Amino acid sequence: MNFIISILFSGIVVSVLVLIPWVGVAAFDLRFLFGVVVPYLAMAVFFIGMVARVIGWGRSPVPFRIPTTAGQQFSLPWIKYSKIESPKGNGGVIIRMLFEVLLFRSLFRNTRLEYRRLANGPKLDYEWEKWLWLAALMFHYSFLVIFLRHFRFFMEPIPGFVHILEKLDGFLQLGVLPVSGLNVPSVFLTDMLLMLALTYLFLRRIYIPQTRYISLPADYFPLFLILALGLTGILMRYFIRVDITAVKTLALGLFTFKPTVPEGIGVIFFIHLFLISMLIAYFPFSKLVHMAGVFLSPTRNLANNSRMKRHINPWDYPVKVHTYEEYEEEFRELMIQAGLPVEKQPEKVEEQSEETGEKE
Amino acid sequence: MAQTPKPEELAKIEHSPPLMEGWMDRPVEIREGFYCYGAKGKNLAAVGMPNPRDWNPADEDWKLPEDWKEIVLDGFKDRLDRFRSFKLFMDICVRCGACADKCHFFIGSGDPKNMPVLRAELFRSVYRKRFTTAGKLFGKLAGARDLEYNVLKEWWYYLYQCTECRRCSLFCPYGIDTAEITIIGRELTNLLGLNTDWIQAPVANCYRTGNHLGIQPHAYKDMIDFFVDEIEEVTGVRVNPSFNRKGAEILFITPSGDVFADPGTYTAMGYLMLFHYLESMGLDITWSTYASEGGNFGFFTSHEMAKRLNAKMYAEAKRLGVKWILGGECGHMWRVVHQYMDTFNGPPDFLEEPVSPITGTKFENAKGTKMVHITEFTADLIKHNKLKLDPSRNDNLVLTYHDSCNTARGMGIFEEPRYVIKNVCNNFYEMPSGTIREQTFCCGSGAGLNAGENMELRMRGGLPRANAVQHVHEKHGVNMMACICAIDRAALTTLMEYWVPEVQICGVHELVGNALILDGEKDRTTDLRGEPLPGMEDMEEEEDV
Ligand code: SF4
Ligand code: SF4
Repeated sequence: MNFIISILFSGIVVSVLVLIPWVGVAAFDLRFLFGVVVPYLAMAVFFIGMVARVIGWGRSPVPFRIPTTAGQQFSLPWIKYSKIESPKGNGGVIIRMLFEVLLFRSLFRNTRLEYRRLANGPKLDYEWEKWLWLAALMFHYSFLVIFLRHFRFFMEPIPGFVHILEKLDGFLQLGVLPVSGLNVPSVFLTDMLLMLALTYLFLRRIYIPQTRYISLPADYFPLFLILALGLTGILMRYFIRVDITAVKTLALGLFTFKPTVPEGIGVIFFIHLFLISMLIAYFPFSKLVHMAGVFLSPTRNLANNSRMKRHINPWDYPVKVHTYEEYEEEFRELMIQAGLPVEKQPEKVEEQSEETGEKE
Repeated sequence: MAQTPKPEELAKIEHSPPLMEGWMDRPVEIREGFYCYGAKGKNLAAVGMPNPRDWNPADEDWKLPEDWKEIVLDGFKDRLDRFRSFKLFMDICVRCGACADKCHFFIGSGDPKNMPVLRAELFRSVYRKRFTTAGKLFGKLAGARDLEYNVLKEWWYYLYQCTECRRCSLFCPYGIDTAEITIIGRELTNLLGLNTDWIQAPVANCYRTGNHLGIQPHAYKDMIDFFVDEIEEVTGVRVNPSFNRKGAEILFITPSGDVFADPGTYTAMGYLMLFHYLESMGLDITWSTYASEGGNFGFFTSHEMAKRLNAKMYAEAKRLGVKWILGGECGHMWRVVHQYMDTFNGPPDFLEEPVSPITGTKFENAKGTKMVHITEFTADLIKHNKLKLDPSRNDNLVLTYHDSCNTARGMGIFEEPRYVIKNVCNNFYEMPSGTIREQTFCCGSGAGLNAGENMELRMRGGLPRANAVQHVHEKHGVNMMACICAIDRAALTTLMEYWVPEVQICGVHELVGNALILDGEKDRTTDLRGEPLPGMEDMEEEEDV
């Protein structure tokens, strides 16, 4: 399967996911289904699925202590060791994990291979490449802020942090859409960044030959799904206005478990709601579980202290070994000839075999 | 054996995979020069491994048991349940490609299946088909495929093109360690008797004789006695090592490569000289012929085999009644000792927390496992001014240092060897920052790949390392690369001959041996290799006349 088929397939699936609520609401008026039932189902799938996932991982033990050491170990007192990249205790591990989860530390290391053939042979360079890191950071943080901003709809009164976020996020008041007469609300930076980052991540995927080669439909699908989600959101906010009060009533109803579906909400909202429902329902079955998985990664979340503290393998079992006695038995003559000490002298084998192996 | 192409030929590498082809659509092609011969039946049988028979990877028929598919899939399932790493790494890869161009085998071969992510996808695809609902339902669309004979062959071919160096895991945002997948993948192939003989023969040897090369006790001692003579010839001092000696304070274990393969042998001489020097200061150390192997090719076979071979270290320490263990310069030996040994075969409660008998330093970092790395030991000696050194004896060398993958990313030992080198040599230059320390590049021959028949693969895999060496060779005139790994000493020597013939390889303790001023030594005219010391070139010639 080549990348075009993968992209087409993912694109078609996302289009169908847009059409379903569209047809469902516009033609069949299934507002309760798409406004209440589907979101609830999706949330249930998400929570149950994620919990099952994490429990599933948790069930498999970590038999060995295998951190990837990315810095100097703790050894002699006068050698400065790397407390974060090669932590010796849990404190360091926590910081390492925070760096990983909040700042994408490992991705920050990224380089790009530059391979050239010169007259005197090949030349390899590892070039600066922080774009992936930047785009990933942009994408995840924008998504987070947008998600938090949505608490405006889930809570009454609107929590303080939402106001603060909106202020910060909208501070540019961009001159981008200065058509004041059209009553366009302030532009949120994160909306733009999210779309930008997604576009970059998509283009990068097909532009770089290696990522294009490894990409599966499962890589394009979430990108397209989130793009569609963002687009419907942006459309709703800036262009096809919906009745915000009604939307809030619905969202509050969902979150307080007193679902109602007020009249007068445009189809675009149901599409948006359906897409987010699909996204969260898809989560536990997809690569998106990296969100939870990263915390469990044994190459990152273990201290580099295996020579200080014994790590227990819960399924350890005894194995067959070749004992010293068997070894000496085979080589005794040769050992004696070479002047190597042995446990048993051949002529005295009989009497000595009664003693225990432990002798001076 | 396949002819290895010339460097100019080999350097024609295409890093862009085919545009319109999906990787699953390209069946594996087992190419000569890239794989090692199949494990011989007698070597499999020697340690009770399944399906012992002679087989040839180039043959159509690999002589597998009838129910091979069940065996592999049951083994797969079993390991998903036993290793969180494996299960997690099957699930969370986002195919961001950050690891793709980090693998030396991809860099050197351009074969897309040598991208760590794709190496892992070879397994994930089957995982999806067999162990996930989406994969069962949607098959290829979900990136799933079933385990076929050809898929098994593909697994095998690429499992033994990974040196378990963990460079990929350093760059992965989730720490996905393809080395871990390779380790477990190789366990699966070993359920069917599909090891390579370059790994299986050392395993069988090590089990029986205590070391990979199958050296029997008397021959081991002979070899070291030979070093004793050599040392005497160079220094005029006769060192006096002991073997299997009960009641010694410290047991010394080093890879057998140091005892039997140049240039590791010079490193072994370095150890012997250091121990002799320290003897009068209170060092009481013994070698063992039973635990005469630091390395552990079992680690390239299965966790169980690693444990079986590793058991000798503690068993011998216990039998001899030593207080702690000192370990020589070796890469994967130290991965196992540092991250696995105590778990495998501990707790070593019959040993004591290691203390240097010379300086009194407590090796707190080794208080559990009770095994100290020799560069930790020596760095401590130098720091406390316990060694009389003449670094100018290494002045004809311009050095760089190669961090071995295992000691770098599976241990974190960076400063100790550098400290030692800088104290025994005057000319030292680092290679470029993206190629050393935690980002170090593999020699291309680790994890049991240092055979002769896969030479093309090795020279390709070693290209990034060689290229960095070439850089410092051209810039600073580097002519010697030190390392703390026995496989490196053998593998890098071949690699340098191919890519940068002006550069030689040595162990850190060879340099120590050259610089160390022994009591009562004669005026040295040569280094341990018999090469004239700086300023002594003429004297050599006179002697030769
Ligand atoms: S860096 Fe990690 S997540 Fe990205 S492709 Fe490689 S293994 Fe997958
Ligand atoms: S462990 Fe090393 S050899 Fe194996 S895939 Fe990763 S980078 Fe390549």
